[in-house]
Amino acid sequence: MNQPILTVDGLHVAFHSQRGEVHAVRGVSFCLQKQETLAIVGESGSGKSVTAKAIMRLLPKQSTSIPAGQITYAGQNVLALPPRELQSLRGAEISMVFQDPMTSLNPTMTIGQQLVEGISKHQRLDKAAAYEKAVNMLQLVGIPNAQERIRAYPHHFSGGMRQRVGIAMALACDPKVLIADEPTTALDVTVQAQILELMKSLQQRTGTGIILITHDLGVVANMAQKVAVMYAGEVVETGPIAEIFYRPKHPYTWGLLRSMPRLDAAGNEPLIPIPGTPPDLARQQQGCPFAPRCAHVMKVCKHFSPPLTEVSSGHTAKCWLLDQRAQQQERLAGVAGG
Amino acid sequence: MNEVMNNRVLLEVNHLSKHFQLGPNQTLRAVDDVSFHIWQGETLGLVGESGCGKSTVGRTLLQLYKPTGGEIRFAGERVSDMTERKGHKAYTSQMQMIFQDPYSSLNPRMTVTEIISEGLMIHRPNLAKKERKEQVSALLELVGLSSRQANRYPHEFSGGQRQRIGIARALAVEPSFIVADEPIAALDVSIQAQIVNLLMDLQRQKQLTYLFIAHDLSMVKHISDRIAVMYLGQLVELAASDELYARPLHPYTEALLSAIPLPDPVQEQSRERIVLQGEIPNPLNPPSGCRFHTRCPKAFDICAKEIPSFAEVLPQHYVKCHLYGEKGE
Repeated sequence: MNQPILTVDGLHVAFHSQRGEVHAVRGVSFCLQKQETLAIVGESGSGKSVTAKAIMRLLPKQSTSIPAGQITYAGQNVLALPPRELQSLRGAEISMVFQDPMTSLNPTMTIGQQLVEGISKHQRLDKAAAYEKAVNMLQLVGIPNAQERIRAYPHHFSGGMRQRVGIAMALACDPKVLIADEPTTALDVTVQAQILELMKSLQQRTGTGIILITHDLGVVANMAQKVAVMYAGEVVETGPIAEIFYRPKHPYTWGLLRSMPRLDAAGNEPLIPIPGTPPDLARQQQGCPFAPRCAHVMKVCKHFSPPLTEVSSGHTAKCWLLDQRAQQQERLAGVAGG
Repeated sequence: MNEVMNNRVLLEVNHLSKHFQLGPNQTLRAVDDVSFHIWQGETLGLVGESGCGKSTVGRTLLQLYKPTGGEIRFAGERVSDMTERKGHKAYTSQMQMIFQDPYSSLNPRMTVTEIISEGLMIHRPNLAKKERKEQVSALLELVGLSSRQANRYPHEFSGGQRQRIGIARALAVEPSFIVADEPIAALDVSIQAQIVNLLMDLQRQKQLTYLFIAHDLSMVKHISDRIAVMYLGQLVELAASDELYARPLHPYTEALLSAIPLPDPVQEQSRERIVLQGEIPNPLNPPSGCRFHTRCPKAFDICAKEIPSFAEVLPQHYVKCHLYGEKGE
């Protein structure tokens, strides 16, 4: 395999809140190759957005700390970069598309001003050339009549169009890594289909690596080559997409897959929900964070954190069931298949 | 899943319209000439993209909006007659709503008991305080919460638990019909299944009838007996859910179904997708003829000129499209 362009290794993030330390990200590791899409899935509060913001160094300094971990981009330690170098990294090398296209654009600036601002900051282009590039970008993301629309303000655009603008801004400086944080969650399905197609075709053209954060397993199946499943601040399972969807090993992944209704399934069998709710991250955890909701919980799960087990090449999961001493393993193999 | 055939119609909607006057020359036709009926004990799913008027339909049914035109019949009786004769209360005890956002639909300054018993106090004022409390406890247990939580405030609950409180509130007055307006859209995947299962259990226990409004088509298919598809204020297709998914007739339904990403990588990456061009036109100025013709991949000349009729093309399968205009075949 080639050298990954981005590596996150053992990342921890903590927030200082009134209720004490909230340990939102707990030892997250993954890597991203060129032209690859890595999907990070998980529920709200599982730490997926915090991880993304840590990569972009967008977390507020006063209230957060990163007690451990490393983020490496092209051999540089992102967490140790001085402000100036960070500025040239952000937007130019790594850029981000935000969830909410209604609030992530500046309402007092025209689309053109916002695009040109980023382009002229990172690329040595004069004003006219930067403007031309901005028009090109808008055409690229499928905004009709870009010559005119570039003078419009964000409120003139619909949600789908604004998200296209957001993608145009993120891609304007040809970044090597694009972080898309729930890019289509606020959009309707037919518009979502348009945006996903757009992201895929742009990726093929530019070779950008994409980190796609989502909770929609359908979107994951459409876009990703690799998946990391997050729960309570940890990556509980990660692997190639086929492994995660067809041979999942972690009970939380089973739960996620089974709690979704299938469009192609006939009849109305009851869904199998995951009981309970995710844990409070302000509390100290002991053992596996999923243990209180897990149907296959064992004594060991409540006291000791499960080790990372490699199931097959590139497919790892954090679960005691994968330990050789877990006698239930064979019985469970049947469950996982279903 | 429910045996709804050979049953009576609980709710009948004929040529319902709801227009909003936005200015002297601006009328938003949020709902325009919509007709359907709901069988007793059935779940009718109502789907469509944002701004298509699906929530307005739900709210107009509950008389939260006064209809601009058309009539609504509940258990055979015209709703306008019913509310005139017996007052609004006679109707609202039969019909309740579950809202989308469990964060903003519960009053943050009221305890769970106060929230749930408010309806009881209005509709059954003679109930003694103690009995009311017992009712609230029973309702909480019914929706999977504990009666020990009765004196807490909404902020102490998670999204899924709050939605359970909203469901208990709706059930408090023992309605027969519930409009569920995107009840799971704000919840996490693992919690969505919990709430959907709860709604389906309650339906079985209490013979409830649902109008289930949503944009998540896979969940709608799972919960509904029949599904109605809306586009720009009008129904474009209505059929049994399996039928609709197996044989969508309207080009919009086809596109909508093909746009849903399936949680299966092999299928998902190999399927042909109909990607619609453009976005929903401005509802203040809807296209002439068939409202979908500006985005329809199958449009032909008549579509821009004439409004298609909402016709039963196959048994119990209605569609509003010129492609199926020639009835004789």
